[in-house]
Amino acid sequence: MNLEFSPEEIAFRDEVRTFIRDNYPQELVGLGNREDLTREQFLAWHKILGKKGWSAPAWPQKYGGTGWTSTQRYIWSEENARVDALMPLPFGISMVGPVIYTFGNEEQKAKHLPGILAGDVWWAQGYSEPGAGSDLASLKTTAVRDGDHYILNGQKTWTTLAQHADWGFFLCRTDPSAKAQEGISFILVDMKSPGIEVRPIKLIDGTHEVNETWLTDVRVPVENLVGKENEGWTYAKFLLAHERSGIAGVARSKRGVERLRTIATQETMDGTPLIKTDEFARKISQLEIDLTALEFTELRTLASEAAGKGPGPESSILKIKGTEIQQRLTELTLEAVGNYGAPYARGMMHDGSNEVGVGPDYSNFSADSYFNMRKTSIYGGSNEIQRNIISKMILGL
Amino acid sequence: MDFNFTEEQTMIRDSLARLIKDQYDFDTRRKVVASKDGWRPEMWAQFAELGLLAAPFSEEDGGLGGGPIDAMVVMEEFGKGLVVEPFLQTVVLAGGFLKAGTEAQKQDHLAALISGERVFAFAYAEPKGRYNLADLETTATKDGSGWKISGHKAVVIGAPWASHLIVTARTSGGRRDAKGVGVFIVAKDAKGVTTRDYPTVDGRRASEVHFDNVTVGADAVIGDPSDSLGLVEKVTDEAIAALCAEACGAMKVANAQTVDYSKTRKQFGTPIGKFQVLQHRMADMFIEHEQSISMTYMATLKLEEDEVTRKKAASAAKVRIGQAGRFVGQQSIQIHGGMGMTDELAIGHYFKRLTMIDSEFGNVDHHLKRYTELSAADVAVAAE
Ligand SMILES: Cc1cc2nc3c(=O)[nH]c(=O)nc-3n(C[C@H](O)[C@H](O)[C@H](O)COP(=O)(O)OP(=O)(O)OC[C@H]3O[C@@H](n4cnc5c(N)ncnc54)[C@H](O)[C@@H]3O)c2cc1C
Ligand SMILES: Cc1cc2nc3c(=O)[nH]c(=O)nc-3n(C[C@H](O)[C@H](O)[C@H](O)COP(=O)(O)OP(=O)(O)OC[C@H]3O[C@@H](n4cnc5c(N)ncnc54)[C@H](O)[C@@H]3O)c2cc1C
Repeated sequence: MNLEFSPEEIAFRDEVRTFIRDNYPQELVGLGNREDLTREQFLAWHKILGKKGWSAPAWPQKYGGTGWTSTQRYIWSEENARVDALMPLPFGISMVGPVIYTFGNEEQKAKHLPGILAGDVWWAQGYSEPGAGSDLASLKTTAVRDGDHYILNGQKTWTTLAQHADWGFFLCRTDPSAKAQEGISFILVDMKSPGIEVRPIKLIDGTHEVNETWLTDVRVPVENLVGKENEGWTYAKFLLAHERSGIAGVARSKRGVERLRTIATQETMDGTPLIKTDEFARKISQLEIDLTALEFTELRTLASEAAGKGPGPESSILKIKGTEIQQRLTELTLEAVGNYGAPYARGMMHDGSNEVGVGPDYSNFSADSYFNMRKTSIYGGSNEIQRNIISKMILGL
Repeated sequence: MDFNFTEEQTMIRDSLARLIKDQYDFDTRRKVVASKDGWRPEMWAQFAELGLLAAPFSEEDGGLGGGPIDAMVVMEEFGKGLVVEPFLQTVVLAGGFLKAGTEAQKQDHLAALISGERVFAFAYAEPKGRYNLADLETTATKDGSGWKISGHKAVVIGAPWASHLIVTARTSGGRRDAKGVGVFIVAKDAKGVTTRDYPTVDGRRASEVHFDNVTVGADAVIGDPSDSLGLVEKVTDEAIAALCAEACGAMKVANAQTVDYSKTRKQFGTPIGKFQVLQHRMADMFIEHEQSISMTYMATLKLEEDEVTRKKAASAAKVRIGQAGRFVGQQSIQIHGGMGMTDELAIGHYFKRLTMIDSEFGNVDHHLKRYTELSAADVAVAAE
């Protein structure tokens, strides 16, 4: 056991820091936590990383990964978080990519992995349905074989940022007579296929982040099936475990705590900076302590992954604690800004208006972020479901 | 011991509930909130007609002879309907100040308030003052027989709709001194008043209000211009009690909608309300709401007691309700799953209102601190 970085790791950190400093797009500075960016904004940094060969640090080198150790990957996310860099969207890099290189065939790897790495192709996750949320296996969207095509019918929902998507990975029922988990297939779908309609859903913070995705007689070539027909559930679960560990967001939360500290230095209570009041200082300390516990749990998980174990049910710990901390962080930030949490910045800046917010800059969107972050304990398998997983899979209850 | 409402109070409650049900359904509210004005003056006229604006005032003042309990009844119904009209600002706050005003002020302003003609907002908070009512950079300086007011008031709820502002300003002393706080009535169209109006996250409207050498006459002063912090605190405590009642209304509906949803939403072949973890959570939400009602009654009933008792009661209620509203709001969203995150469902709007109530007139930390300080003072007195 050793917590120190080696000289090589420090050199690596400096290399990374310099690269980010010299290459991170200026126009994206300060936008790292927003959900309402344009497609180009979302992908700009991803594309730069793709060229450098750094867009998928966790992938095996053989498929375009970096070959970094888990410590190097940790350094990488720290350095990105330091400048609030917009990380590559998870759908391609963290979700479908690993499924394709683990379970896909050679043609699929050749066809899809380069676009994911380069940030040229935007993927969407078509799992949830109106009747299938936590109980994902009850999904009803069907894929019926018709010669060398599948015909897809059904409705997906909550499809994040599908308004920008080129491709989607969909769970569909291919054997209606089988038991719930056994008749599901994992199918890649070109989002421009006729019969796909994406309709916006507005969230409580006013953003258009998710969509309903309707599939009506969508014809998909059979070669877009990943792995074996009716075995999609295995791949789906593999993907969920990957999705979960990504949700922990330690480096980003650390940066959030720093930002909160800065705000608490500027905001005062009866003339005393908030950071110097017992009440608030303790809350920040508590948050930092919880974050440290999460960080070391994540490091232990990374180390055991490096030793060849994939993310298992333990990733539920990262999901639960990571999201609770993110929520607490936005909650404290909202508290810190006091009365200036009330103005609705998005409501003032709609329709491309160039109005500036009221109150200090850091107060803008503080409430919006707090409202928006309530999603994190719901998606990716709700925190209740994660606790069910721990009790069943680990505790054997 | 009597926790029953009078016949009049029950009547107000029932007719208001009916009005809200008929004319303030969620879809209508959404449209109103998104409209240019963001509220309905014609709704205000109906409130006046129903007697809501007169209810808490004594008969001598032209009211119906009620008091804080009537305001509580109204605010709870407003909480249930997520009503945005500025009853708190106009009736409870401005009304509270005017009750302490001169006969002339009552005749002029209170009469127009009760008839629904004049709408008020309370401009007290400042960009750097957080929740400290004495933390004032806005100044009022003597100007002949009148006053000149200058300063910047932050997030003045309801100001875009108001014809008049109740403004706190420092007339002497240093920033945060207890002495030297004055209260003034200023017409919003007075020369030197400028506003920047904007929506708030919970569907209201507010303004940043700037006063640039605004001159007002001697008749604009409410109370003692050199020593009105006590009055400001008293009226604000009344507002806190009313706000707690609003939170109770909002919690009640949020809980009911969540329980209903959990009975109909099926996953794994059963209604999610059958999962014990959610049952216990909803049991806790129910407890939080009941405790909030108790604290609201307590705070409302102690408004007329001695200063320390009143302040401690208001702070205690605000702490408990801030925590309860947060818990109920967050869990309502969680139990609704993805649906809870949508703008389309009412539940998210209850959550947003409950979130904002926590910070209005001081959040949990602020009131926990105030309560602790008041308790410490009690102990010190007892030890003497
Ligand atoms: C912002 C956002 C983005 C999303 N993005 C995507 C996406 O890109 N692609 C995609 O496919 N999906 C996406 N989702 C969907 C997400 O995965 C689901 O919302 C989630 O799985 C929960 O399902 P549900 O919303 O139907 O809630 P429900 O399953 O109806 O759950 C409601 C409540 O009941 C609880 N509950 C359910 N079952 C149990 C149980 N057995 N024990 C205890 N409690 C239980 C839940 O924890 C929750 O609190 C997104 C959701 C959101 C909110
Ligand atoms: C100090 C003490 C004094 C007592 N005095 C008396 C006495 O004078 N007379 C007398 O008759 N008894 C007495 N009791 C017994 C007491 O009533 C029992 O301990 C109690 O009813 C719980 O039963 P148990 O200990 O068998 O726990 P269990 O019933 O085995 O419960 C164990 C745990 O499971 C939980 N649990 C059980 N069922 C459910 C469920 N359906 N849903 C969720 N959780 C559940 C419980 O809440 C508990 O956390 C006493 C106990 C103590 C500790």
